[in-house]
Amino acid sequence: MSFMNNLVNGTDFDHTSLNALQKVTLRAVVMSFLFFGLVAIEGMIMRMVQVGPSAPIPEMFSHAEHYFSIMTVHPIVGIFGSTYQLVFAAFMFLVPYLTKKPLYSVKLANAVWLLITIGTAMAWIAAFVWQYAPLYTLYWPLPADTKQFQVIGGIVFIVGVALIMVGTLGFIYNIYATIFARVGVHKDKTTKELLISGFGIDGMLNLWHKLRGKPPYTKEPALALPVVAIFRGTVDTFLDAIVILSAGILVLVYLVFDASGHPLNVGAIDALLYKNYFWWGLDLVADGLVLIYVAGSWYLLATLITGQKLFMENVARAALMLELLVSWMVWSHHLLADQGQPEMMKLISGEMVTAFELLTQGLALFITLVTLWKARPLKMTPQLAYLLGGLSGFGLAVPAAIIQADMGMNRVLHNTQWIIFAHVHIALIVGLYMTLYSAVYVLWPLVTNNTTLFSKKLTWAHFWLYLIGGIGMGAFAGMAGLDGMLRRHLYVHGEFNTLMVLAAICGTMVLVAWFLFLFNIVMSVGLKGLIGIFLPAKDKTASYGIEPEIAVGES
Amino acid sequence: MSFSNSLELLAFHNVAYSIYAALILSVIAWFGYNLTRKKKAKSMVRIPFYTYIGFLVAMGVGHHIFTYNTIPWVSQDITRHNIKPDATYRFEVGDHKWINMPKKVTVQCGQTIEFDVRSRDLVYGFGLFRQDGSMVMQMQVNPGTDVNGILDPNDILWTFRHNGVFDVMSTEYSGPEAYDENGNSVMLVRKWLEVVGCKDEGGKK
Repeated sequence: MSFMNNLVNGTDFDHTSLNALQKVTLRAVVMSFLFFGLVAIEGMIMRMVQVGPSAPIPEMFSHAEHYFSIMTVHPIVGIFGSTYQLVFAAFMFLVPYLTKKPLYSVKLANAVWLLITIGTAMAWIAAFVWQYAPLYTLYWPLPADTKQFQVIGGIVFIVGVALIMVGTLGFIYNIYATIFARVGVHKDKTTKELLISGFGIDGMLNLWHKLRGKPPYTKEPALALPVVAIFRGTVDTFLDAIVILSAGILVLVYLVFDASGHPLNVGAIDALLYKNYFWWGLDLVADGLVLIYVAGSWYLLATLITGQKLFMENVARAALMLELLVSWMVWSHHLLADQGQPEMMKLISGEMVTAFELLTQGLALFITLVTLWKARPLKMTPQLAYLLGGLSGFGLAVPAAIIQADMGMNRVLHNTQWIIFAHVHIALIVGLYMTLYSAVYVLWPLVTNNTTLFSKKLTWAHFWLYLIGGIGMGAFAGMAGLDGMLRRHLYVHGEFNTLMVLAAICGTMVLVAWFLFLFNIVMSVGLKGLIGIFLPAKDKTASYGIEPEIAVGES
Repeated sequence: MSFSNSLELLAFHNVAYSIYAALILSVIAWFGYNLTRKKKAKSMVRIPFYTYIGFLVAMGVGHHIFTYNTIPWVSQDITRHNIKPDATYRFEVGDHKWINMPKKVTVQCGQTIEFDVRSRDLVYGFGLFRQDGSMVMQMQVNPGTDVNGILDPNDILWTFRHNGVFDVMSTEYSGPEAYDENGNSVMLVRKWLEVVGCKDEGGKK
């Protein structure tokens, strides 16, 4: 097949054969990877600025307004535009697939990816056009500082973020409505049974009964373990959406009053209290949502790759319940450098409870590895390789954070590049995304009706470039943090030149890897197929792998 | 074992974390290799589940016990309101400028200094940096007032055990106006603090 033919028609992809659930899944996946490209380019621009005057990059990027505008939208595009979309897409497909029930509403699923896409685009436009740059932390009163930022930029940005959160609430509703729908295999289950299973309480009760020598509380839990993780992580997604939405409304009120000529007193809001509230919510993204969703994804991938039951399933279920308590109580590790923060909160929430994440994530790592180990020999497929890459990412990133969540270490590491690269970037780029790539390759035959991938060599080239580039960038930039390089500061003289050059080389590997991945996918589905994904599905089925059923919300 | 400044602490941390990183990557690589081998690998060591969990708990808790006992500024920070400093420097920050800040500060080796920085408008940071850019210490500077309109304190105690000349800079982003048109920080004060009277290896002469 010629190159042009492949580019236009793909391998053997037929978008007309896809049902409504498959199409809505793929739409969000496409948007997610487009935003990933944007975020990788943004990241590379910042890397190049930090290299210094020798970097081949236009001078305008070194202006503070421009540089911090990019830094402001970088996490919005990366976390919401890309990661949220990909995770939501996977879960809106997996929940119906695993529960053998139709998705509650395909229309709502379409609204979710559209709202998140439009919201992300608006936030990006606000930064690009009006250079609104309070950073994602939105430390009060900076987002309402109209001496530095134009009101219109702030309003567009906040409305954009609010749309993302409304889309997130739509996802949550869809997931819970699907889980609690008493149809199919859950026809005879009560809401109480589904709730007990969703929170992992049945796993805990099974362990308790075992300790007391009694028969198990339940031999067949109402919900499969990955669904429990999705259920549980979605609790944090909900709380996080409420916190970000309410903080956005607060900023919006101040901006609107300012625009009307009657500015409100920003001093009426306690900056430290606001920081506590905002970090409590924001931290649920990292310590609740990501870690729990990732643990659930590992369990699912391990069982699908091996075809065997998960090792210590009851412990895994109980650990998800434990993580519920842990993730709500760890936000103070972001406030260890705030001298007004009570010492007890620093000690208990910031240090001790945070350290429990070593336990919960270590447990998930252990269970996944043993499940794989018991099934050996296994073939080293891309699915397995990416899963191992994801495990490595969290194996590196979680201890990097626990080290800094300490009053002694934080005093000399807070706000340096250590936390944002050795922890955040390795956790997201390597840990989370490699897990998601594994899921993409596992789900690929299901959502594309067994479309042949264009090139396996490109898949492996992507894997190695991405793994080495991701870890390398995190490591070199993290080392710059140990040398005192701040994370939210503009360096234009190449102050940390050597490490920044190395980080930029590794960042380029990640960017090239993304391009190879995208090329491989486009050559597999073809441009016609790519457009076809966004055309209405003829088959309105909202489920996969069971008798065709349309969405409950649309019936 | 004790760390007298951030250089010693971060050098140790760098080595310890690098060893750990190499170890975890090697374990996963070894694991991946053996997953695919037809001849089943024999476990080199058998780690019981509860030993592993105990190890994780010990690491999580032990890390804080270790730093509390080896990093001198931890206990000093917690009990700072009961410690009388050798000198106090109280000043403000507002509109991206340090206000009423002494032009230069000289500290004798071993002195414990209190820095109390109060913000009039935004969230800033207060950090001391060596001439090679490495960080000595930092804190966040939050705005706010009490019921009488007096600015809230952001205070830190620091004992200097090594000679050096340190720059002061805001460690928190406070908007693009913290930089001039060339991208230089307007809040950077070069060679603001000097410590004298220490031995070459640190500590009082």
